[in-house]
Amino acid sequence: MFRSTLKSLACGVLLPLTICTAAQAQQPSSGGTLQLVVTPEPPGIVTGLVTNTPSQMVGGNIFESLLRFDQSLKPMPALAESWVIDAQETTYTFTLRQGVKWHDGKDFSADDVVFSLNTFLPQVNPRWRNIMKAHVQSIEKTSANTIVIKLQHIFDPLLLMFENGSMPMVPKHIYDGTDFAKNPMNNTPVGTGPMKFKEWVAGSHIELVRNPDYYIKGLPRLDRAIFRFIPDAASRAIAFETGQVDVMTGGSLESADVQRLSKTKGVCVSTAGWELFAPLSYFQLNVRSGPLANKTFRKGLMYALDRELIRDVVWSGFGEIADGPISSRTRFHPEKAEPSYDYNPEQARKLIQQSGYKGETLNYLVAPYGEIWSRTAEIAKQLFSDVGVNINLITTDAAGWNQRARAGEYDITNNWPYQYGDPALGVSRMWVSSSINVGSPFSNTGGYSNPEVDKLFERGATASAAERPVIFKQIHNMLADELPALWSVDIQFPTLYRCKVHDFVTTASGANDGLLNAWIEK
Amino acid sequence: MATVRFVLIRLLKGAAVLLAIAALNFFLIRAAPGDPASVLAGEAGASDPIYLEQLRQRFGLDRPVIEQLAIYMKNIATLDFGFSARNNRPVLDMIMERLPATLLLTGAAFVMSLIMGVVLGVLAAVKVGRISDTLITLFALIFYATPLFWVALMGQVVFALKLGWLPNIGYVTVGADLTGLAYVTDVALHLVLPAMTLALFYMALYARIMRASTLEVSGADFIKTARAKGLPEGYITRRHVARNAILPVVTLAGLQAGQIVGGAVLIETIFAWPGIGRLMFDALTQRDYQVLLGVFFCSSALVVLFNIITDVVYRIADPRIQMKA
Repeated sequence: MFRSTLKSLACGVLLPLTICTAAQAQQPSSGGTLQLVVTPEPPGIVTGLVTNTPSQMVGGNIFESLLRFDQSLKPMPALAESWVIDAQETTYTFTLRQGVKWHDGKDFSADDVVFSLNTFLPQVNPRWRNIMKAHVQSIEKTSANTIVIKLQHIFDPLLLMFENGSMPMVPKHIYDGTDFAKNPMNNTPVGTGPMKFKEWVAGSHIELVRNPDYYIKGLPRLDRAIFRFIPDAASRAIAFETGQVDVMTGGSLESADVQRLSKTKGVCVSTAGWELFAPLSYFQLNVRSGPLANKTFRKGLMYALDRELIRDVVWSGFGEIADGPISSRTRFHPEKAEPSYDYNPEQARKLIQQSGYKGETLNYLVAPYGEIWSRTAEIAKQLFSDVGVNINLITTDAAGWNQRARAGEYDITNNWPYQYGDPALGVSRMWVSSSINVGSPFSNTGGYSNPEVDKLFERGATASAAERPVIFKQIHNMLADELPALWSVDIQFPTLYRCKVHDFVTTASGANDGLLNAWIEK
Repeated sequence: MATVRFVLIRLLKGAAVLLAIAALNFFLIRAAPGDPASVLAGEAGASDPIYLEQLRQRFGLDRPVIEQLAIYMKNIATLDFGFSARNNRPVLDMIMERLPATLLLTGAAFVMSLIMGVVLGVLAAVKVGRISDTLITLFALIFYATPLFWVALMGQVVFALKLGWLPNIGYVTVGADLTGLAYVTDVALHLVLPAMTLALFYMALYARIMRASTLEVSGADFIKTARAKGLPEGYITRRHVARNAILPVVTLAGLQAGQIVGGAVLIETIFAWPGIGRLMFDALTQRDYQVLLGVFFCSSALVVLFNIITDVVYRIADPRIQMKA
């Protein structure tokens, strides 16, 4: 009795889902409607075409990829039932599930996979396009339900690409020969996932319903899921408090509201479900010229940052302190970076003076994605002023930030790109020379160029699994020393939900797969 | 006959104004940094030059600006609002599905604020100097001065959260799939908070103006004559004072009516009301030029239209006013 009370109490505080479900070891019940919030309203929900977070959270339940991943990033079967990697690690053979149907009743087959991987995704997905070019030799079907991928050389992170957020399998019979982006079926998508699309009322909600022909018997357990769009942060919090919605997906609540609401009776919090994305935030620096081109100056700024303060005040205690470019949730994260930095304003002042800083004003482009980033900027400005560095805050909206960030029109800005489980997939693109001036804000917009780092990342991508930890430890330490960015908070975006909702966050993609296993206690 | 001529000439002038506004808007929205392609590329989280080029082509941004303007003006002349490449839908569809919700909200608020404002204004003027006058004036001052978004949020906190009487967001109970009378009641319940919040501000405005105007008219000679003739006070107020005092309110109401499409952005955002104001705001942050231009055009058209209607109403309210087109 005491143990179960203790565990129920634990559910009201910040603990991962696994502990909560262990406490309530009940039989899942079937049926019911789940009301969730995603923000902002997605521009589309075909996850291959649109890869922003709300699109993945909704579309990820309609589309599937070959694999999904558990919270330790181990691959699990999705549309691929099993897979074999040969001894040279260059041939991957996937055996596909049989008897899977698309939502419109047609059969799913290896033809759809070949079409998706060879034609559709290279056209619309820049990450897959670049991986195909650099590492893949051929993708063919060898039988009605077998696919063989041959690589040019070892590419250990290949399996991690097959997640439903950016690599969905799409129906060949709908997309073949059409203009993918303009295909009218994009507004009523057809996938293989546990939930089918029902309707999209613009400005209000998207409704999904159970897929009765889903290939796993007994799943999904919900009848319907409704994703509500509520643009104002305060209204979102009130909607959750009044019981109008049951799940607030990560990023939909300001952290002050998370603190307050997580202490309410009947509310559970989960910080899991981001392992595949692991957004690690940092202060990205434009190192092309000026004081920031000087490593001593950058080290000074690093010592001036009180990251515990930022984590506790701005993020309400959620998140870990980052010591380098690789997140603790991503593979090959070293235990501790060398060098590491603590908050030391004295040391900061010394180094800044040593670097020959003459009082130039640095332009800090504030990220326009919520209160969190405005506060981070204000705190950083105060901390930097404290050690004698002049900062000018520049505020703009999302489009303006995109424009300036990708053109490198800033001295300092914040960024928190997804890491996708492996440093070769999500981390390298921020720090290699080939990623300068590619037109995306999520690239090497600071202009950092180090041929040694480039070489290491290149080796790290194609080395065998045994060598990679050593290589990435080297990279991690090198970048912790070079500081092309000031490593800040390894973000945890908590998911808040009513405790009667179970098994919503069960994979490394969290809310993207949320409706697969979720059920509501009667 | 004169009225018909008046309206026709004004409509023609209005059309010319609209075309000029459309061209101006076209250049104005391009003045903001960023474009729809870079916004989408930024949201995608990963990009390369090929992706960016594909997006630019989709949005027609790879063509010279003058060509884009020419295409746009030609479409406007045929009332073709174009295609939103971001949402993969025709702009007209996007506007039409959101317009009814806004018209319901702003229409209800407009009617409420006008009726309540005029009544309260006349009441305050008739009872000038007494307690009811002070209360009404105070009430008007409070709701005129308090920020709209604060009133909206407090309304949600008090009536939705604490008392639980009303829903705090949306225009229907999503997922309930109600029909018929139950549906109408549901929408009405959802309408109360947002419409009242919007109405309170304008009500305060009308009350103050009506009160001032009524006081002014009440002191006129012809009113003294009417009283001397022995007409009942109520009759004088209704038939002689109000009709004359209402002209300033008509002006103001005409202006508010023009904002019937775009003026409720704040309320629509806070109450998650799926209207056109929010569509415009979202299109602005997404730099969705086609949608923005479409909404701006609708908004301008309605302003021009209501300007004409206001002038006609003047004539009806006060036959002494001449109609010169």
